[in-house]
Amino acid sequence: MEKRHVKSLLTLGFTSGLVLAACGNGGGSDTAGSDAASGDKAAKDFSVVMVTDVGGVDDGSFNESAWNGMKEWGKEHNLEQNKNFAYIQSNEDSQFVPNLNQAVNNNFDLIYGIGFKLKPAMEDVAKANTDQHFVIIDEVIELDNVASVLFKDHEAAYLAGVAAAETTETDHVGFIGGQESDVIDRFEAGFLAGVKAVNPDIKVDVEYAGSFGDAAKGRQLAAAMYTNGADIIYHASGDTGNGVFSEARDRMNANPDDKIWVIGVDLDQQAEGEYDGGNLTLTSTLKGVGEAVQDLSNEAMEGTFPGGKTTNFGLAEDAVGLTDGNLSDDAKAKVQEYKQKIIDGEIEVPTHPDEVK
Amino acid sequence: MNLTTLLQLLVSSTLLYAAPLILTALGGTFSERSGVVNVGLEGIMVMGAFSSIVFNLTFASQFGSWTPWLGMLVGGLVGIAFSLIHAVATINLRSDHIISGTVINLMAPALGVFLTRVLYDGRGQTDFIDKNFGISNIPVLSKIPVIGDIFFSHTYMPAFFGIVVAILCWFILFKTRFGLRLRSVGEHPQAADTLGINVYLMKYAGVLISGFLGGMGGAIQAQIISLNFSITTIAGQGFMSMAAMIFGKWNPLGAMGAAIFFGFAQSLSVTGAYIPIIDSIPSVWLQVAPYLITIIVLVGVIGKSEGPKANGVTYIKSK
Repeated sequence: MEKRHVKSLLTLGFTSGLVLAACGNGGGSDTAGSDAASGDKAAKDFSVVMVTDVGGVDDGSFNESAWNGMKEWGKEHNLEQNKNFAYIQSNEDSQFVPNLNQAVNNNFDLIYGIGFKLKPAMEDVAKANTDQHFVIIDEVIELDNVASVLFKDHEAAYLAGVAAAETTETDHVGFIGGQESDVIDRFEAGFLAGVKAVNPDIKVDVEYAGSFGDAAKGRQLAAAMYTNGADIIYHASGDTGNGVFSEARDRMNANPDDKIWVIGVDLDQQAEGEYDGGNLTLTSTLKGVGEAVQDLSNEAMEGTFPGGKTTNFGLAEDAVGLTDGNLSDDAKAKVQEYKQKIIDGEIEVPTHPDEVK
Repeated sequence: MNLTTLLQLLVSSTLLYAAPLILTALGGTFSERSGVVNVGLEGIMVMGAFSSIVFNLTFASQFGSWTPWLGMLVGGLVGIAFSLIHAVATINLRSDHIISGTVINLMAPALGVFLTRVLYDGRGQTDFIDKNFGISNIPVLSKIPVIGDIFFSHTYMPAFFGIVVAILCWFILFKTRFGLRLRSVGEHPQAADTLGINVYLMKYAGVLISGFLGGMGGAIQAQIISLNFSITTIAGQGFMSMAAMIFGKWNPLGAMGAAIFFGFAQSLSVTGAYIPIIDSIPSVWLQVAPYLITIIVLVGVIGKSEGPKANGVTYIKSK
């Protein structure tokens, strides 16, 4: 009896692991392309591949945006999918190393790691294959054969902060982050700085869900913030943000006079904000992972691969930004004004919440 | 925030989190009371979530505000169909319960995402539904002064539905002839068989009821929290429901209480940031609080939790 329970509990643990493994494309890793050309670097033979973060290339977020960029790049040069560009899906963290090795063995000219979680895996694989070129997104790896791409998320978040400060009626806004990390720190810092730049008296609640996939927690956090008086929440929390949107929608449906807003992240999240009486997505910050993938693929093809360097994509490069969404004309003008100041270097946006006074 | 608002938030947040867990934990109780371990609850929830979202997206214009409730029913029916696999495998084909359940858990998310791709031109997640459960006031009860404001206004209907179902389940399991037979099959199938009870039928009933309730649990999760179906819609809720069932000592009311307790612990960690004194605790502690509280309660307050005697044992009639 007792033994059986221990056994079932153990199995429970294993099963939850296995369930994760089964996510996405039905288990295992799918290679969309295997026999890529090598050696000759003429355009028709140049090939790139991306190893995804956990999740598929249609996650409505990061991976999708990178894959779209790669497809655009392929179209631009009339290249063939699965021969010149391909993706390898990771269904859990433990697949990063095997997937990267698979990419190396298939002789792709350039290998992308999409997301900061791939850093340790890519570091190991890059050290073992010094004549292979790699790109890591959202992290820095200091090796000669790896190019690092960072986004100035804080600049876009700053504009979101400006937009929120211009729109709030309760002088109280909120920020919900996914997991504490350098990346989300940038979002938080930028947002805080943006709000304070417009009006230092606005109160900002900051909470973390501790996960990018816990919509229930996101919804609870949002409920608490709205109840506490915040009327705009900016979320940088992946699928956890679904909960933020569902809470906001239900509140608007129940009480349309109390206007509340959500600010979306990474992609235009206008569709998530639809409710019976309109739309509550104030705006969304954009992150041009696709553009970065396109740029670097071109550079590598032209033989100017920025190995060992870190490229920063920000407002000036038009790689991050803010959608117009439901912003008022005044707010739009204000956002434009601050955007110009950032591009001109008049405003230095902090990258860590501690730097925001 | 004044005290009433704070308590209202604490209660509604608790119920929000608990709603999907209550029904699924009740499902687990029925299955295990009939002697079939059902680790496949997670998978059943996934299928319930998936089918309810598809139903909701397709028929929202026909059924209006009734759509989520019908979606929940559809989720339950699909849950029955899916649990039938588990029932056939464990009861007739005598396979190991844990392995069969694991297969269900492996199959469901993959199948869900695959079908989503087929139905919604190749995308891995569905659109967002328009008609969800939403926030509502419970009629009549919300008019009670103070108590009505705290417990019954601005809250989530499916949680109250779950509580009513839990009471109903308790009645069925402990006060009806069917319940007695179901439980006897889980305790000592040979004896039950000798007395003329159809053991296989009872086991089928247990597993299929668990499929129905688990599917509805998944449908609630999808239609109240995530509002679409993707791979992260159901992430561990099935296993938490199993824990709630064990925590609740295989008793419907206990399982319900445990589910609400999990929700409360989670809610406290969220609303704690707005409660004086608690708000000075570092947020890390608030984040780990649900797990810490659960362990303390499990070890300290709840005594030995013992399941049905013949739980997980395949019954072979002629032996």
